[in-house]
Amino acid sequence: MPEGTLCNKQPIDTAEGITTLLADKSGKKYYEEMKHLEVDSDLLWKTIQNTCKSRIRTWLEICAHCGMCADSCFLYQVDGRKPTQVPAYKIQSTLGEIIKRKGKVDADFMIHCMEVAWSQCTCCNRCGMYCPHGIDTGIMFGYLRGLLYQQGFVPWELKIGAGMHRVYRAQMDVTDADFVDTFEWMVEEYEEDFPGITVEVDKENADIMYTVNAREVKHYPEDLAEAAILFHIAGENWTVPSKGWEQTSLSMFAGDWAACKMQVESVYGAMERLRPKRMVGTECGHAHRATVIEGPYWAGRKDGLPPVESIHYVEWLAEALRLGKLKIDPEKRIKQKVTLQDSCNYVRNQGLKNAAREIMSYIVAPGYFVEMAPNKEHNYCCGGGGGFNGIGLYRAQRNQALQKKRDQILDTGAKLVVAPCHNCWDAIRDLEEEYEIGIEWSFLKPLVIKMLDIPEHLKPKEDDL
Amino acid sequence: MYAVLTGPVFYLSLAVCFIGMAVRFYLYFRGLSWQLDRVAYKAHPKAGFNGAVRSIYKWLIPFGTYGWRTQPIMTIAFFCFHIGAVAVPLFLAGHNVVLQQKLGFSFPTMGAAMADFLSWMAIAGLLFLVLRRLVLPEVRILTDKKDWGILLLTFLPFATGLAARYQAGDYGFWLTTHILTGELLLFAIPFTKLSHIFLFFASRAQLGMDFGIKRGGMKGTKMAW
Ligand code: HEM
Ligand code: HEM
Ligand code: SF4
Ligand code: SF4
Ligand code: SF4
Repeated sequence: MPEGTLCNKQPIDTAEGITTLLADKSGKKYYEEMKHLEVDSDLLWKTIQNTCKSRIRTWLEICAHCGMCADSCFLYQVDGRKPTQVPAYKIQSTLGEIIKRKGKVDADFMIHCMEVAWSQCTCCNRCGMYCPHGIDTGIMFGYLRGLLYQQGFVPWELKIGAGMHRVYRAQMDVTDADFVDTFEWMVEEYEEDFPGITVEVDKENADIMYTVNAREVKHYPEDLAEAAILFHIAGENWTVPSKGWEQTSLSMFAGDWAACKMQVESVYGAMERLRPKRMVGTECGHAHRATVIEGPYWAGRKDGLPPVESIHYVEWLAEALRLGKLKIDPEKRIKQKVTLQDSCNYVRNQGLKNAAREIMSYIVAPGYFVEMAPNKEHNYCCGGGGGFNGIGLYRAQRNQALQKKRDQILDTGAKLVVAPCHNCWDAIRDLEEEYEIGIEWSFLKPLVIKMLDIPEHLKPKEDDL
Repeated sequence: MYAVLTGPVFYLSLAVCFIGMAVRFYLYFRGLSWQLDRVAYKAHPKAGFNGAVRSIYKWLIPFGTYGWRTQPIMTIAFFCFHIGAVAVPLFLAGHNVVLQQKLGFSFPTMGAAMADFLSWMAIAGLLFLVLRRLVLPEVRILTDKKDWGILLLTFLPFATGLAARYQAGDYGFWLTTHILTGELLLFAIPFTKLSHIFLFFASRAQLGMDFGIKRGGMKGTKMAW
């Protein structure tokens, strides 16, 4: 049986396809079928010849086999320093081997590669900073994921996730109408507390076009309201697009490059339609990576930049506080030990290490902010990156991976962790559930709203109450 | 034998090494793809250049990066070996006599004491790298036969060069084997991981451009290597 009915090389392009795959609980049948999935070696080798160019080939060739990257990988550290977790070994024994054998590998080998690519690497790119030759294993794993996806060897949840982007242009089955309705409804809920608050959909030439993570629409609609409140109080001229509002990309985790392109083009389409001065994205790391950092390349933009200047939420918030658009009541600042999770996706991968720290300087009373060690671009992955959080098959490995962040947090002595990234936030929630170390965790929006010094004219009038 | 080694084979080994590496260097940069690598090399040459330079020079400084600092012993061994491996072949008086005779040019030379010191230091560094490869599980798992071959190939010119230098036994024999092994090393460079001698700069430049253009450089943050 070369192709399964559920597990095969075809991407999912229809809502029915998604439903059918979802009905196979935990992908039981899907993974069963995978064992017999035939590898199209010709296609694999042809793809490698066309896409594996000098950068990756040179990395694989000049690797000194020196092992200096070993300790930089948190998964090596938490897995009892198993030699098989050394970044160079992980990539040489998978991608390196496929290339050595010119694509002539079998399903068992591909399943092994899948396990390594999605449960032994979160594509956090930390090892690339510690290799003397500048070999970035995380990038190579991203590439390997693309090859595996093309052949149908991809974890069940991510096959579905990529399908969601193809069908809904969102990581979940949230339609454009759902998005607009939910946003408007959530904002209405706050009309009494914040008179004059509105969300204008599809306003042209606004200063800010705001984009989100579909999870907010489906599971955390409060987050949408909080964004609206902060824009409202800051007096921003902002809008949301009715189409192209989703910034995330599970297709990036899946290695489905065609879906990545479709997704990001929907957001760029909105930018071109509405011509905002800037795009601001929500507190999500991989979403920013997908839409702002990698997206331009998928969309074929030669300057490597999105159509309009696009910034992460921490950049906007830091600026609003700096310019006094938002004022903090000093009495209400955080007065307990608090630490900050640096998201690899916009800190290591776009250098935004200062923005979140600037925000902390406004919202935390002096002396209470404690850095993790290491931090900034040297920080470790939260443990759930690159899709790891969402893959049931590798839950045990993911839980082990959380130990590094757990220990980093414990070492700070802080009981509150600020995590301006959905994935990190989830991972930290899960690590509390798993290891019960008695911490709380939060996005920035709810913290800031609680401590705002709101100007009189924006407060509800006494007689309205 | 000696005549052949210092005659045609000498020229051939240098030609293979340098022409080979020029070709590889050219192919490397020609093979970079802004879209596949997802780095807009051409659109932002200045940011790319700055990133590339930083990425190279930081790593050439002993203890200049987090990577070197977290593994001090490795760092010391690496620099002990590499300073000798680069300086002795280029600046040894004996080598430059040969260069002057055969090619009509030469580099500045170092004194004999310096040459001895750097050579022994290189051998010590190399032996340490060997030891490390034997002992550390995270290095052992990466090691294959080729790695041992490369280490041997690197060790031989040093060992034989020193044997000739101290006239241990038959000087002529050691000198001939020295030249032979030195030339073998040159031949191997373009075809093995020894190509890193040149491609190190290419690879580091590429990652540097990545950070200089896409991963923070254009946001005004310099990568803290
Ligand atoms: C192209 C081929 C080469 C030729 C023709 C050559 C020639 C020589 C000569 C004539 C000497 C002087 C021996 C003496 O003291 O009488 C020498 C010494 C030496 N060579 Fe080479 N060599 C070559 C390649 C290399 C390479 C590739 C290396 C190292 C990577 C190397 C390392 C040394 C060392 C360490 C010494 C002894 C230095 C000392 O005085 O302490 N040689 N070589
Ligand atoms: C500017 C020139 C060079 C640079 C920047 C450079 C850089 C490096 C780096 C970053 C490594 C990996 C770390 C390590 O394993 O120690 C390495 C390894 C190595 N280099 Fe070089 N290298 C240079 C020249 C040379 C030369 C001239 C030789 C030989 C004569 C050489 C022989 C080796 C060997 C044998 C290894 C592997 C050591 C091992 O097996 O552990 N390198 N080099
Ligand atoms: S540090 Fe770099 S050169 Fe050394 S083993 Fe790791 S990837 Fe290879
Ligand atoms: S990218 Fe991160 S998780 Fe992957 S091998 Fe490197 S350090 Fe480990
Ligand atoms: S989940 Fe967070 S910490 Fe982990 S790789 Fe992604 S951004 Fe980095």
